[in-house]
Amino acid sequence: MIASPLIEIRDLRIRFHGDDGRVTHAVDSVDLSVANGATLGLVGESGCGKSVTSLAIMGLLPKQTTEISGAIRFDGFDLLKTSDQTLRDLRGNRLAMIFQEPMTSLNPSFTIGDQIIETILRHRGGSRRGARDRAIELLRRVHIPSPERRIDEYPHKLSGGMRQRVMIAMALACDPQLLIADEPTTALDVTLQAQILELMRELKAASGAAIILITHDLGVVAEVCDEVAVMYAGEIVERAPVDELFSAPQHPYTVGLLGSIPRLDHRADQLATIEGMVPNMAQPPAGCRFAARCPFVLEACTRAPPPLVEVSPGHLSRCIRAPLERLVS
Amino acid sequence: MALLEVKGLVKHFVAERSLFGRARAHVKAVDGVSFSLEAGKTLALVGESGCGKSTVSRLVLRLIEPDAGAVRFDGRDLLSLDADALRKFRREAQIIFQDPYASLNPRMTVGQILTEPLALHDLAPPAQRRERVAEILRLVGLEPRLARRYPHEFSGGQRQRIAIARALAVEPKLIICDEPVSALDVSIRSQILNLLRELQDRLGLAYIFVSHDLAVVKHIADRVAVMNLGGIVEEADADALFAEPRHPYSRALLSAIPLPQPHARRAKVVLQGEIPSALNPPAGCRFHTRCPFVIDRCRTEAPALVADEAGHATACHRISELPPADGILPTAGGFTPELAKLVAAFSRKTEGASPAGVGIQSARPTNT
Repeated sequence: MIASPLIEIRDLRIRFHGDDGRVTHAVDSVDLSVANGATLGLVGESGCGKSVTSLAIMGLLPKQTTEISGAIRFDGFDLLKTSDQTLRDLRGNRLAMIFQEPMTSLNPSFTIGDQIIETILRHRGGSRRGARDRAIELLRRVHIPSPERRIDEYPHKLSGGMRQRVMIAMALACDPQLLIADEPTTALDVTLQAQILELMRELKAASGAAIILITHDLGVVAEVCDEVAVMYAGEIVERAPVDELFSAPQHPYTVGLLGSIPRLDHRADQLATIEGMVPNMAQPPAGCRFAARCPFVLEACTRAPPPLVEVSPGHLSRCIRAPLERLVS
Repeated sequence: MALLEVKGLVKHFVAERSLFGRARAHVKAVDGVSFSLEAGKTLALVGESGCGKSTVSRLVLRLIEPDAGAVRFDGRDLLSLDADALRKFRREAQIIFQDPYASLNPRMTVGQILTEPLALHDLAPPAQRRERVAEILRLVGLEPRLARRYPHEFSGGQRQRIAIARALAVEPKLIICDEPVSALDVSIRSQILNLLRELQDRLGLAYIFVSHDLAVVKHIADRVAVMNLGGIVEEADADALFAEPRHPYSRALLSAIPLPQPHARRAKVVLQGEIPSALNPPAGCRFHTRCPFVIDRCRTEAPALVADEAGHATACHRISELPPADGILPTAGGFTPELAKLVAAFSRKTEGASPAGVGIQSARPTNT
């Protein structure tokens, strides 16, 4: 199959220690890997741990209150064990990230040019003039019109779609091997979203970088991802090639999600609903974390946590009732 | 007769004033919008940020005063109502906002939040108010005992139920839903959408549903008006619009929505360029700067919204020459047979076994 992955996460666990002594299990036993040139979608609802996982990869979680275990192997490094100095060399260079809200991730008191040039100089060195030329080139690559003029503008002069392009240009400044995009189009209108997604596809084809795309929008996943990992309450509950996930999901939560979205390509008189609430992650349930909301629950589900097992080649599910076809035939 | 009739609604906001207070620049937020809505039906206003859809919804309720135009509700001319009559009207038309975290008073219990409209409009004698509050809470799928709790104790979806309950308390004929599910997670979203539809069937409510999410609109609307920069560019029955969008802007919007169907075969219209500013809208057709079918006439002359015999109205000079729009949306194929079976099984099992306090009572039967 594919050669050794670019990034490999093994048994990642993240706990937050609150002021009141409460411990929240944000991420539990997450295993992930992404190969060069592949796009992995990380899907789930608020609080499922998808953003926390990505922040852990970037080393951006607060050290004092966070307890992390496991391993994140990236190109010979274990990102959880490397020094801050090495991490700073990697971030913005070979690891890059795009956030949801482009207004808050750009510094309002510097021009966009300054901010891109700073990244280039920090990691690549060279002359300021050379860096400026590269910045203009990058802005052109993300389809910003007349980049020679735009480069000297401040973020507030740009529209939301333009700012997100600047963020992407900045992330691409040093040709990263891994790009993490956390809800990159959620704050944008659909016509702009389409442009940004098109741009991401283009860049992926041109650079061969691996992408981890974090989103709650299953439509976006279907359009740009090769593989999908669905997260629920801090765990990966299903992982599959994108076609299989949408045609034959193997975890009840995924089924519920797919049934609950109104779709343009399907008519449903009544949408599926996932009743109940996400469990309190200060005291995660003993068995399957979805058991309390699952219509297919058995007594065995609540006794022990189900393992993530391969249902068919490349398709993993954390459900003891998988393959689910058995339940409906 | 239509429940609500809106004619030539105009609202320009002053964006900049001179030193002496003279208006220098206007944002033409709403510029000549007309539509009507039947009782018990849902009209969706869709479009991108800044197209004026939210402003229209507020003008209809007279939360802001229009500059020109007419709004008739149940035969009454809304714009001539005095303060007293306006309050009476507000009993019949309510609004639900996008953000359930910001639209509920954090210092009031749910019971107080729901009692206030009852007292204000004198709808129930004090002795019966508690009972009525319990009834309304049950209607939106919340347990009556929750009336003593404060908004912060609820999740986003439950708060939106409380906001809906507050709107229902006065037994309105019309509810304006301004992006009511945009702030919610997908699984919660479907609960609220199902609830809104169920309430409509049961109580005969009319909705104006303001949204940028066309998949949600397709699910809930009877009629759809697509807005661009302060004007309606297309208005039609939902089925007709989604089967064959006519205006180039509607086509672009529909084709821009990612489908949860990998490798879906569809014709893509990716618009180039930015949304023009409403401060300085383009002359002629306001879509001409981004339109792939633009001709010279579009740059100078604004097209009128013209309806055909079926009531499908479009504002485009080139309407008769545009290529067919099939292929923009695959109408089916979203669910594989396996997925359809799994989802049906998932829904069947969920019904009737809903956990306390969050379930919707009496879900409608699914016909799959």
